[in-house]
Amino acid sequence: MGYPHPRHPKETPVLSTHFGDAGARTFDGWVQRGGYAALKQALTMTPEAVVEEVKASGLRGRGGAGFPTGLKWSFMPKGDGKPHYLVCNADESEPGTFKDREIMRWTPHQLLEGCAIAAYAIGAERVYIYIRGEFTEPLRVVGAAVEEAYAKGALGANVFGSGKRIDIVVHRGAGAYICGEETAMMNSIEGRRGNPRIKPPFPAQAGLFAMPTTINNVETLSAVPHILNRGAAWYKGLCLSNPKSTGTKLISVCGHVQRPGNYEVTMGTPMRELLFDMCGGMKPGRTLKAVIPGGSSVPIMTAAEAEDCLLDYEGVVARGSMLGSAGMIVMDDSTDIVYQIWRLARFYAHESCAQCTQCREGTAWTTKILERILAGRGKEADLQLLLDLSENMTGKTICVLSDSCAAPIVSGIQKFRGEFDAYLSGARQPALAMA
Amino acid sequence: MSSTAHGHADAPHAPVFTGGALARLEALYPKYPTRQACLLPALWIVQEERGWISEPAMAEVAEVLGLTPAYVKGVVTFYTMYHTHPVGRHFIQVCTTSPCNLCGAEAVVQALLKETGCRELGATSPDGRFTVAEVECLGACGFATPIMINDDFLESVTPERVAGLLQGYK
Repeated sequence: MGYPHPRHPKETPVLSTHFGDAGARTFDGWVQRGGYAALKQALTMTPEAVVEEVKASGLRGRGGAGFPTGLKWSFMPKGDGKPHYLVCNADESEPGTFKDREIMRWTPHQLLEGCAIAAYAIGAERVYIYIRGEFTEPLRVVGAAVEEAYAKGALGANVFGSGKRIDIVVHRGAGAYICGEETAMMNSIEGRRGNPRIKPPFPAQAGLFAMPTTINNVETLSAVPHILNRGAAWYKGLCLSNPKSTGTKLISVCGHVQRPGNYEVTMGTPMRELLFDMCGGMKPGRTLKAVIPGGSSVPIMTAAEAEDCLLDYEGVVARGSMLGSAGMIVMDDSTDIVYQIWRLARFYAHESCAQCTQCREGTAWTTKILERILAGRGKEADLQLLLDLSENMTGKTICVLSDSCAAPIVSGIQKFRGEFDAYLSGARQPALAMA
Repeated sequence: MSSTAHGHADAPHAPVFTGGALARLEALYPKYPTRQACLLPALWIVQEERGWISEPAMAEVAEVLGLTPAYVKGVVTFYTMYHTHPVGRHFIQVCTTSPCNLCGAEAVVQALLKETGCRELGATSPDGRFTVAEVECLGACGFATPIMINDDFLESVTPERVAGLLQGYK
């Protein structure tokens, strides 16, 4: 549903069917709503068959990278005798994104069931659900759901009498966006600073505690029970455009729309329909100026690009950006683009783990240059400097945090050059005071 | 490893990990293959018990888990939610990252500073009741502006609502 607003007819509710329904939180409530049938079914299949079903569905990672999920699962070694781990990435910290919180606080058993099926498929007996420290309600709700699941035999040494063991441990984060990066998350679980690791080795070879590990996002795992229940062909059929993008996506719309919230749409839905029909368009008297569609770590789109864009992985790439986590930040004509880009740069500078020089220095320096521009002390050469820094911050670091900082900078300068020029020329009054 | 070596002239550090707190920590041991992996949960226990994590507490955690105090301090200082100094009775976090910024978060910050009496962000009010901290994206962007007061996650906060919300936190 367009939660917290009433479900819009153009939505395709699958994962979000029970948002707002407090009865869905309990084990019994979830079973009444069809829950845990998929896990029972999975346990009668071979792990390989479960992997093949998820592969056939076309499910791709919903945390931002869009990597084919079944393929990722198939990377896990077979018969190696080592403990395997599943990590559920519930660190949701990408600006603009607020879907996983809803899945966890309304339908925790949907997530637990997905985790259990995935664990079974990859030969893992233990799952760590890494929930960001600020998500106190999901921590409480998911924690309670885990206890219930154990009590009802859906978790533990003998899941539903299958002889299989599946354990789930909820691990609380402590405030670090970078811990949403899969290798930093593993370090954080291990009791380390959340510094990303160099890859290779990839997690499937040597991940958590150096053992074969798969990391999946909350939304990705929550789709798995539905794929088992209704079949890969059904999921694959949910596709309005590119056949490589199937299923539904929870789009978190925020910013300057009438009805911000989470909207579940079939892949390939036009962005125009989402923004202007489902979300009710702009506020009275306002026009669309820009959209950052994928969470903030993607290029900014102009209104023209947004109005002609299909919501799937390929469709957004075709309009010069990325679907990412689909945390859609909508900006109307009242927006000071340079100010918002500065605020984003501040975010990345704050969150940099500081391992890589280009990121540590680059995000901080970028922030200072933008501050200077906003304070009316910018120089013409500053824009080229920002682009040079962004170039050094792209593709040359251990993880993509600095690339993520560069994306709004480069696209902002390219597409909203006039806004920067207005500050540089003095045509626009300073927005900040500098010491 | 005496507590005075860490520069605290106050009363010696009373161990955190006794009784219930120790039981909670020990209950975690079977869930992780290493003691080191219990570090983040152990630090949460310290903060729940004492309100913040002092250097003697870091040394105690190190001792209990078989790590060094310097290592523990390195981890504590990485994560923003662990307090390394005392804070007000009610710790307020307000998000000002772009999605909330677009929806008036900065006005909410001003209202919070005014209503709490905190001189600036990060400072504690003179009566010790509140500390207001600016934080990055809290993951509730469609419900701007979210704030946290201790463990309570409050959504859709506007400047007008601030005074009323703070009433419940004495």
